[in-house]
Amino acid sequence: MKNEVKIQEVNPSLDSRRSFLKLSGLTLVSAGLVLAGCSNNDNEDDMQDNSLPGIKNGVFDLGSGDFGVLTYAYALEQLEADFYTKVVNSSSFNSVFNDTEKQVLTDLYHHEVVHRDFFKAALTGALPDPSSQLLPSLAFNYGSLNFNSRNEVLATAKALEDTGVAAYNGAGRLIKSADYLLLAGKIVSVEARHASAIRSLINPNSKDFAGDDIVNTSTGLDVAKDPSKILPIAGGFITTKFTANYLP
Amino acid sequence: MNILKFIETFTDDSLMARTGSRRDSFTQFGNIGRNLALASIPFGLSAMANKALAKDITATPATPIGALQFALTLEYLENEFYAMALDSGVIPASENGGRDLKVFQQIAAHESNHVKFLIAGLGGTMSANFVAKPTFDFTVGGAFDPFHDYPTFLALAQAFEDTGVRAYKGQAANLISTPDLLTAALQIHSVEARHASEVRRLRSLKGWISNSERGAGMPAATQAVYDGEGVTMQAGFNTAMAFGASAGSEAYDEPLTTQQVVDIANLFIV
Repeated sequence: MKNEVKIQEVNPSLDSRRSFLKLSGLTLVSAGLVLAGCSNNDNEDDMQDNSLPGIKNGVFDLGSGDFGVLTYAYALEQLEADFYTKVVNSSSFNSVFNDTEKQVLTDLYHHEVVHRDFFKAALTGALPDPSSQLLPSLAFNYGSLNFNSRNEVLATAKALEDTGVAAYNGAGRLIKSADYLLLAGKIVSVEARHASAIRSLINPNSKDFAGDDIVNTSTGLDVAKDPSKILPIAGGFITTKFTANYLP
Repeated sequence: MNILKFIETFTDDSLMARTGSRRDSFTQFGNIGRNLALASIPFGLSAMANKALAKDITATPATPIGALQFALTLEYLENEFYAMALDSGVIPASENGGRDLKVFQQIAAHESNHVKFLIAGLGGTMSANFVAKPTFDFTVGGAFDPFHDYPTFLALAQAFEDTGVRAYKGQAANLISTPDLLTAALQIHSVEARHASEVRRLRSLKGWISNSERGAGMPAATQAVYDGEGVTMQAGFNTAMAFGASAGSEAYDEPLTTQQVVDIANLFIV
């Protein structure tokens, strides 16, 4: 409950209803996070439900706390893996891209499939009841995206990789286990390496690999976004409905 | 916490002669300052230290402040390295459509910003937590010539960026208790990874690290940067299973401990 106390300290003069609602939301999330660290505690059944992924009100919810963040990452890695699987299997993959581009895209395909399968295995091993709590394999739809277009594929790859970086950067603070935090850290830097490489393929003789559109020009910081900002972006490609009611 | 070790680590004139108050320093950073205050170092003790002319750095304590101080020292190193390179003219301005120069100007700007950001995060140069820039020798006593030989500069740039990525990762656990600091560190960490990827690609390597290979053209002395990168077991999952060990190891960057990074950095500190 330390987090709740801290929030009170930071906002000593809450008077508007808007502030109150915001605070309530934060408190709810904090409570979920705290409880995720003691999910074996039988005294907290009500809150414990929110920390675990699974069907709620008929829809799969990602949950909160460490399991929620890992499940969120699993959803994003499913998307990236699916995208690059389609890219490298496209009929014109060998004709549309040059050798360097093919190498990069094939490596990204490998890395993202490994990430996806890793999260599936890790969550299956860690969730109390994976049969009901493991996020199912998602379905995807890329709309009018032309997988035979170099420019469209690279632009989408750039968006996905930058989104992945911002997502992991934003989610790190939601993780309570140092082991899980390190695992996320091991992956996010590879996503950043990807983003840099794709940006460099799109615009090689430039500073776009870490461009001013993505790295703050006065602090040198990359983007970090909460799940609620990331999921609408990723959700554009995901047709399987799920909710993230307990992530910020 | 090993106070004595900490005191020895960064004792110098600026630490001894601080004037700013701890409270003023922390207000600059809002919530971050509050978190820092919770994990503050017992500053009064540092006055007891008397290690003048400290040369090699030693490991910072496993605290949020220690992590920031550690990061700042690494950023000092990168910042000075790129500033000196840009001043030296070793980076070609006309080849590849000016790519190399644009790349390193951008990287230099980021490293400079990281230094400023971390100093502010530590409460400013007058803060008790501030650590001064060590004296660097990027030639390592004449073994390297990075400011006259472009390939050597590129090799060291790759080594510093790949080290930076691994070093920040190694500090994550020290920042887990201070979410704002953790987020900021992650936001720097991914920028270092973007840099590393681009520098590696400038050197015609992959943007990611295969196994524990330092890559073609890298001096043997840089192998410490890559040792341990070839891991293919992640939380019990075999990442080599699907596409082999190279792809599996590339998909994950590994951390370096504080001491491992200190040992690398000390090569360049006189």
